[in-house]
Amino acid sequence: MALSIIESCVNCWACIDVCPSEAIVEARPHFLIESKKCTECEGDYADPQCATICPIEGAILNAFGDPINPEGSLTGIKPELRDEALKEIQAR
Amino acid sequence: MELNVLNADQAPATAEGCSASACGSSNDQMSHLPDSIREKVQNHPCYSEEAHHYFARMHVAVAPACNIQCHYCNRKYDCANESRPGVVSELLTPDQAVKKTKAVAANIPQMTVLGIAGPGDPLANPERTFETFRRLSAEAPDIKLCVSTNGLTLPMHVEELAKHNIDHVTITINCIDPEVGAKIYPWIYWNNRRIRGKAAARILIQQQQKGLEMLVAKGILVKVNSVLIPGVNDEHLKVVSKIVKEKGAFLHNVMPLIAEEEHGTFYGVMGQRGPTDEELQDLQDACSGDMNMMRHCRQCRADAVGMLGEDRGSEFTLDKIEAMDIDYDAAMKTRAIVHKGIEEELAEKQLKRERLAGVKVPSGPVAANKSFRPVLMAVATSGGGVINQHFGHATEFLVYEASGNGVRFIGHRKVDQYCIGNNTCGEKESALAGSIRALSGCEAVLCSKIGYEPWGLLEDAGIAPNGEYAMEPIEEAVMSVYQEMISSGKLDAESELKKAEV
Repeated sequence: MALSIIESCVNCWACIDVCPSEAIVEARPHFLIESKKCTECEGDYADPQCATICPIEGAILNAFGDPINPEGSLTGIKPELRDEALKEIQAR
Repeated sequence: MELNVLNADQAPATAEGCSASACGSSNDQMSHLPDSIREKVQNHPCYSEEAHHYFARMHVAVAPACNIQCHYCNRKYDCANESRPGVVSELLTPDQAVKKTKAVAANIPQMTVLGIAGPGDPLANPERTFETFRRLSAEAPDIKLCVSTNGLTLPMHVEELAKHNIDHVTITINCIDPEVGAKIYPWIYWNNRRIRGKAAARILIQQQQKGLEMLVAKGILVKVNSVLIPGVNDEHLKVVSKIVKEKGAFLHNVMPLIAEEEHGTFYGVMGQRGPTDEELQDLQDACSGDMNMMRHCRQCRADAVGMLGEDRGSEFTLDKIEAMDIDYDAAMKTRAIVHKGIEEELAEKQLKRERLAGVKVPSGPVAANKSFRPVLMAVATSGGGVINQHFGHATEFLVYEASGNGVRFIGHRKVDQYCIGNNTCGEKESALAGSIRALSGCEAVLCSKIGYEPWGLLEDAGIAPNGEYAMEPIEEAVMSVYQEMISSGKLDAESELKKAEV
């Protein structure tokens, strides 16, 4: 089982520093996870560290290919509440 | 060591009570500080409107990672066409950063300060940041080091910071209330968990305040940066200013939010507006009673090189510095001579200002029992404290306020848009219309020369163009124009009434 990084990654380095397994490679065009090394942080931390610090929604996938940080999970605004948030913010 | 420098009795010259003549210079906002601190900051280009024309600074981009998300930041930092904090063109390893710093210091001997400011949070990259500081402290001891941080991991790094040549730390503090913080910071990375909302803001605020207290206790100068976000923390920043002052920060820098859709930040995409020039100035004025305010920050990129507001980064790209052979010992000797020369020039200017002080005191109509409202004026200058720039060449204007109390520096207004890219970046606006819009609130603009077309447009906009004070010192010229306005009756109640009717 291993996580993976996809092309929306912006190469910000945050994940490299926090990975306990040194599974993240500074690759181009974007960083990659070496699946052989990735443990999903099992035994080290409650949450996989790369996906815990990653600032980009959807950039890290779990072993089933689903985004660990889906749309709206990092901005704190769920897609269905976006219009309401837009209105509130633009009234400032 | 207690750094309680901002007590009212030690800093009598607040914005309201300070005439230019009494302070020596409103160019130099550091003039109220005790000598020990002034000595530390006098050749720091970021701390004085005057020094930044003489001394240069640079940032090295060794710190890409970040441990929090701010709604005004886009973590995709690589853009050559944008000039704002958090943006860089190439990341450096500590080794490359040391090489680049020495190359810049040798080629631009006026460079006195090296900062690490990102593009992420320097203290979220402690190995890269401290390796750079360790080596520079040893190999280039004549360079001052500074660092900026969001504060989340600051308390655990204070010991290490105290070991190096670091005498300034900047903490970005946008709030002290988690309710407000939750609107600015969606999450933080803390103890290996992602914490969201108010709980996240509460931890961040606690860490920032603790870090501030610890640095002050160590005798390290702390500047506080705040981003003014209309409708989110505008009123709140007055409280922030008061509290950070009480805790011993020596300077508060309130900066306008930069939020353009094309920058891809949350605020930009969602249409959060930035403050107007007037809103920024009003807030800075409101805080200045409590706190020494910084008014000339140019909000640099995290890899800026050169004088404030300019960027010579392209002269020092990795391939170019690789080809340079720097003898730093020799460079240090040259640098010492250059620095001494600049300091002598600045000291001489200071003396001259003191001599002129008597002349500058408003006399005649201003000093008379009648009091007139203050007037804002814009000045085009390329430095040196004189009016020496053509209106059309100015990429920014300095704004001064003239009143019965004298002349004080208010801030700068950029003419160029933040993004210098092509037409794909937002609406195009003619440079002239942009200049005139940037001067809103000003009633005169002083420059060395001005063309026919802008002359008419400025007059239409209620801004009097003035080219009569070319090469003259800014403050005297501003005061003269103010006195002319008074003696011509422009500021009389009747004339004001007429203006209002029109």
